[in-house]
Formats: sequence, C-alpha cells, structure tokens
Amino acid sequence: MDFEDSPEEAAFRKEVRAWLDANATKRSGKREIDPEDMENGAAGEMAASKAWQKTKAKAGYARITWPKGMGGIGGTPMQSIIFSQEESKYDVANGAPFAIGLGMCIPTLMAYGDEEAKKRYVWPAVQGDEIWCQLFSEPAGGSDVANLRTKAEKNADGTWTINGSKIWTTGAQFSDYGIILTRTDPNVPKHKGLTMFYIDMKDPGVDVRPIKQASGGSGFNEIFFTDVKVKDSQRLGEVGQGWTVALTTLMHERLAVGGGQGGGLDVPQLMQLARELELEDGPAIKNAAVREKIADWYVRSAGLRYTTMRTMTALSQGKQPGPEASIAKIVVASKLQDLSAFAMELEGEAGILQGDGAPMGGAFQGGWLSAPGLRIAGGTDEILRNIIAERVLGLPGDIRVDKDVPFNKIPTGR
Amino acid sequence: MNFDFSDDQKMLKDQARKFLTEKCSTKVVRGVFEGGAHHDAALWKQVAEMGWTGTAIPENYGGLGLGYLELCVIAEEMGRALAPVPFSSTVYLFAEALLIAGSEEQKHKYLPKVASGEIVGTFARAEGPGAVLPKNIRTTLKGGKLSGKKIAVVDGPIADFAVVLAQTSEGAGERGLQLALVDLKGAGVKRTDCNTLDASRGHSDIVFDNAAAEPLGKAGEGWSDMQRVLDRAAILMAFEQVGGADVCLAMAKDYALNRYAFGRPIASFQAIKHKLADMYVFNELARSNAYYGAWALSTGARELPLAAASARVSATQAFDYASKENIQTHGGIGFTWQMDCHFYYKRAKETGLVLGPQRAWKDKLVTELETSNA
Repeated sequence: MDFEDSPEEAAFRKEVRAWLDANATKRSGKREIDPEDMENGAAGEMAASKAWQKTKAKAGYARITWPKGMGGIGGTPMQSIIFSQEESKYDVANGAPFAIGLGMCIPTLMAYGDEEAKKRYVWPAVQGDEIWCQLFSEPAGGSDVANLRTKAEKNADGTWTINGSKIWTTGAQFSDYGIILTRTDPNVPKHKGLTMFYIDMKDPGVDVRPIKQASGGSGFNEIFFTDVKVKDSQRLGEVGQGWTVALTTLMHERLAVGGGQGGGLDVPQLMQLARELELEDGPAIKNAAVREKIADWYVRSAGLRYTTMRTMTALSQGKQPGPEASIAKIVVASKLQDLSAFAMELEGEAGILQGDGAPMGGAFQGGWLSAPGLRIAGGTDEILRNIIAERVLGLPGDIRVDKDVPFNKIPTGR
Repeated sequence: MNFDFSDDQKMLKDQARKFLTEKCSTKVVRGVFEGGAHHDAALWKQVAEMGWTGTAIPENYGGLGLGYLELCVIAEEMGRALAPVPFSSTVYLFAEALLIAGSEEQKHKYLPKVASGEIVGTFARAEGPGAVLPKNIRTTLKGGKLSGKKIAVVDGPIADFAVVLAQTSEGAGERGLQLALVDLKGAGVKRTDCNTLDASRGHSDIVFDNAAAEPLGKAGEGWSDMQRVLDRAAILMAFEQVGGADVCLAMAKDYALNRYAFGRPIASFQAIKHKLADMYVFNELARSNAYYGAWALSTGARELPLAAASARVSATQAFDYASKENIQTHGGIGFTWQMDCHFYYKRAKETGLVLGPQRAWKDKLVTELETSNA
C-alpha cells in the first residue's frame, strides 16, 4: 500500500509536467470558473477556455484515453487522472464548457454516428471550437427521463421534424450542437418509442431561454423546438432504440462526472471562519460543538478522497470504476449544504449577507445557494441512493406501474 | 499509486475469514454471551497457534514480523466474526505499549509470550465516568508499587498483565504521568467482574493496593506514550469496526430480500433501499479512512495521529449506524435475543467506547488539523 507512481506512471507524470511547464504558468490562486459564470458575462473566460483546449488537443492531452487522430493518445484512465492532477497546479482556463460534449455527447456520436459525422464533428469538439449540450430532461420528466414528450415525426422525404421542449440543459446558450432524445412512437411503452438525434443549436426553430435559478445564476436553460428539420443521417442508433443510446450516454456521464467537490468549499474554509469568529463562549474554533461538526465533515471529505484513491488503484489495475462512484455526489452535495448553513449560523446576523459584504466574501452563502441544485443536477440524492441500492447492493427495482403500458396511456395526473 | 492491500495480504484475509467462519460462528459468540465465560478459550488457543498474536511483532521479539497491514486484514476479520477473544487488548494495546515504551529487556521478556499466546495483556486507563484527563488520574506509582482503581478494563478477568496509566507525583498532572506494567496475578491486585453491555468480552474493575509494578517508559511521558498506543489501536480497531459494519449491511440486505410484506420483498421499498444505501456509503467512507490509517500505521507517517482519529471517528459512526439500522430493518424479530443483530449492536458500542468516545477523538482530530494547518 503506497501513494507512489509506478515507473510508467512516474514517466508519464514527468512528461506531462515538462509539457505543462512549456505551455502554461504555475498556479497562482486562480478563480474557478463554471459555465454559469460564463453565461453571466465572462466572455473572456470562454475564449481562454477554447484556446487552452486547442493547445491540449494538439498535444493529444485533451482526451487522453481516446485514440490518436481523435484527440487522444490511446492512454489509460490513470494517465488521464495524472494529467488532471498536474494540470490543476497550473494557471489554466477551465475546461467546464467542454465537459458535457466530450464526456457524453461525442462518445455517443462516436458509438452511433456515421463515418461522415465522426469526421465532421469529433475533432472540432475535441479542440474546443464547437460546444455540445445534452437535451434529455423535460418539464414533466424530473428523474423519470424516459417520460419525455418532444416529438420527432418522419416526413415523406425521409427527414424528421422535431417539436417540443427540453429543460435543465447546461450550457445550451453557448452550444453549437446537441444530442436530443425524442419520442417517435407514443403507442408503445415509454422506453420503446424513443429515438436519438443530433441537431444544430443555431437552427432557427431552436429557441434557447436561460432559466434564472434560485442562486441567481443562469447555467441551465429551457429550449423550445418548433418544426426543427433534421436529416435521417443525424439519427443516432435505430428508430425506437433511443433509450439504449441514452444509456450509453449516461454511462459515460458517470465516468465523466465522478464526483465534483462542490466548488472546493470544505473543512479548511470552515476552520478559517471558526478561527476568525467570536462566539458567546469565546473563539468559535474552541467551541466543542464547532469542533464536532468540523470532525464530522472532515471524515466525510477524507473518506471520499481515499475512496477516489481506491478507485484510481482499481483503474490502474485495468478495472472499470463501478457505480460506487455514485457515493461522491450524495456525500458532497449534502455536506456542502449542511456545512454552509452551519457556517452561516456561526456568522450570526451577518450570515444573511451575500457577496463581498458577507464574511469570507460570501463563500458560504454561495455554497448554501448552489447546494440545492447540486443535490438535484445529474441525478437526485434519491435516485443515486436507488442506484447504489439496485446496482451495488442488488436490491429489487422499484415497482413500475408504467411498465408495458403504451406511453399515451400512462396516467399523467393532469 | 497502489492504495490497496497486496495479493498476499488479501490471501491472508481470505484465510482468516475461512478460519473464523468455521471456528467462530455466532454460535460460539452466543456461547460466551450465554455461558458466562469471559472468552472462548479454545478459539483463543487456535488464534495464537496460527501466530496471529505475533503478526506485527518483530521476529527478534518472537513474532512473525509480518507487519501492520497484515494485522489490519486480520483485525477486520476478527471484527466480522465478533471473535470473543482478548485479541485487541493483548495485541493492539498491550503489545503496542511495550513496543512503544518498553525497554529492550521488557520487550524481550514479554513480547515473545504475547506472540506465542502464552499471556493475555490489557491496558487500564479510565478511573470513572467522563473524560480521561491527566488531572483525574489518581492511581499512583511509587517505589515500584501501584495503588488505585481502574474501571471497565477490557479482558480484565482473564488478563495476566496490564499496562496502567499512573501518576508518579501528587498533583503533577500530565508531567507526572507514567505507564506501569503490572502482573495481575500478583499480590495487591483485586479484580471484580463488571456487568457490561457486550458480554462477548469480560471486563473488570481492578483495585491495586501496593501491587508490584515496573515502570514502562519514562516518568512524564505516560500521557504521550498512551496517545501513541491509542492511535495505533484506533486504526486496528477501525478495521474491526469496518468488518462488523459490513456484516450488519449484509445481514440487513439478506433479510430484506427474503422478508415479504404487502406482497413484495421489503428490499423493494425505497425506505429500506435508501437506508441500506446510506449504510453502504458510511461503510465505504469508513473503509477508505481505515485504509489511510493502515498506510500511516505501516509507514509510521507523520500523519498517523490525524489518520488514526479519522479512522476512529469514521468507523465508529459506520458501525453505530449499520448495527442500529440492521435491527430496524429486521423489525421486531431483530430485537429478539434469538437473532444475532444485538451482538453487533452491543459490539459497536463496546468498540466505540473502549478507546475513548467519539467526542474525544473528534476533538483530537481538530487539534491535529489545527497543527497541520499552522
């Protein structure tokens, strides 16, 4: 048991460091940028992100595990992790705008698209020239993704016409293309009547409207499709096989997401606050209740950190990460919510302030505001618990009253 | 990076599990619980014969000299089996106290006997309810004589020797503390059986009245020596707790899959599924923290105290949660004596208190964080 690189890993790390030294500057406490911030007017960040993505793509570091010629070097998942670890020590632009496209959409396109489509779209996406989004969720869907109503109807000339709407689509406002799951047959059970396409987000029939969230940001969008025409060659997979295609996408999503750390707000920031604050009985850091809470959250963070290391070990041994990766999001999101709320409680009446005027620049208020979204996006805590229960522990699936019922006969409650 | 046990260590773990499944069924645990014995003597003899008691004791002191990672995998299996033997007190506490604070002479004298299973050892520190603090230690060590009273000493009824936290000079607090090594079969030692929650292990109140004792380590270093012993024991005990918590999850899952209510297995109800998913999450976090502790223990890393406190807190929480929700998942039958659920519930509390409560370890954890951030 050790934390050392294997000789091959060490050699790769050295190579990556040399490349980063030549192409980037060492980290100096840069601000993390997420797609939400970009929407809120950080256009310069987007340009910087695209430029850095292009630099990486040319060197084969944009998608390390992908084959040469597709933007990668045919590397291992471990090499990909090593690159991320080293990259995080440098002051480089954030790769968030490309995460969904490269993590989910393009792999789906690579699996189901025709040769022409691959030739046309993969490379521009890898080098950051084109951004993709994933159009799955709908207003009536919630966690029941397959309960979607956006229609794709086949025309006499073989083309398709899409009508309907999608929601909660991250980054749609700056996306060039999207993969879209549609209903092509409402007369069969819901999972059987779906078909996947890719579409041009700049099509005049596509209307993107950013949603203002409780946090004040607008990272998500609602999108309306009015008579959007797509060619049959834009279909991904067979007609009626859309759910199978979507599962491919979602499988890649799990590999791609792998547990964000909630904007980095964690125990060290809480300790910093506790050092600065005075409570009824003295410095907050000396308060027993505060210390207990810090310890509780620390063992969760540390437990996750070492769980990731166990996963990395499994990866380096050629094993695939299992659905146990789902635990990260459950832990991180609710910890962020509770820890932020506790910090605001310590701040007393100043806890209600937001932004620069709040203690520690409003970090905890920001965490508290984004936490409810984090607990929902990419699978709710409840769905993730179902995933652990069913796929890890092997417990039975939920009772499905909509099973084998034609989609248009499923009760909707309205 | 290789944050996992080696194939050899995993093989040792498999062997340990196989052995304990065969020799330490819950029938054996029940036998100790119901029979009034303080341990299962036959099992203890076999455990020693396999050399497990000497796993991490260096060869020149009569041990196998395998190492702490090997001891960790055995500890996990001991915890799974709820083995009613004085393994943790003898191996994690007594032997480690000797390794940390003993003179060469003491190590040569006692450790081979621990390794061979000839002696049972324990560690006595608490003198009453509440926190164990330097200022509250009233047991004295003077001129080779020990006087005072210790409570709820694990495996006290069957131990041959104890390491005892004692005060060498009146009112000196931490500066006067020293560890002492006492032959519990000698004159001036009176043991009284305690009535405890977890009857799979015996516990004693021990009164020392001018009992012969030899100093273990230096005067004034008793407190820090004890902390070092507790750190190591906390990591090993965390593996026992993780093992126990894993069994609770498996029991709950098995029951939920086979128990039907309202026409379907109760494992198909989300309320049950989510409970078991939470158990799994806690258990995984605890296992990962324990692995980090194992790494720190096996390498003697600077992070050992922080790793120990994290492993301790995380494993205690996981075992607590898994053992209580296992009973809840079983419903009424889970609360009956005939089921095994209560053995785990009780052991979870015993292991969670015996090296000091969570509160104390959480405080220590934050103290370590404060120093590491300074």
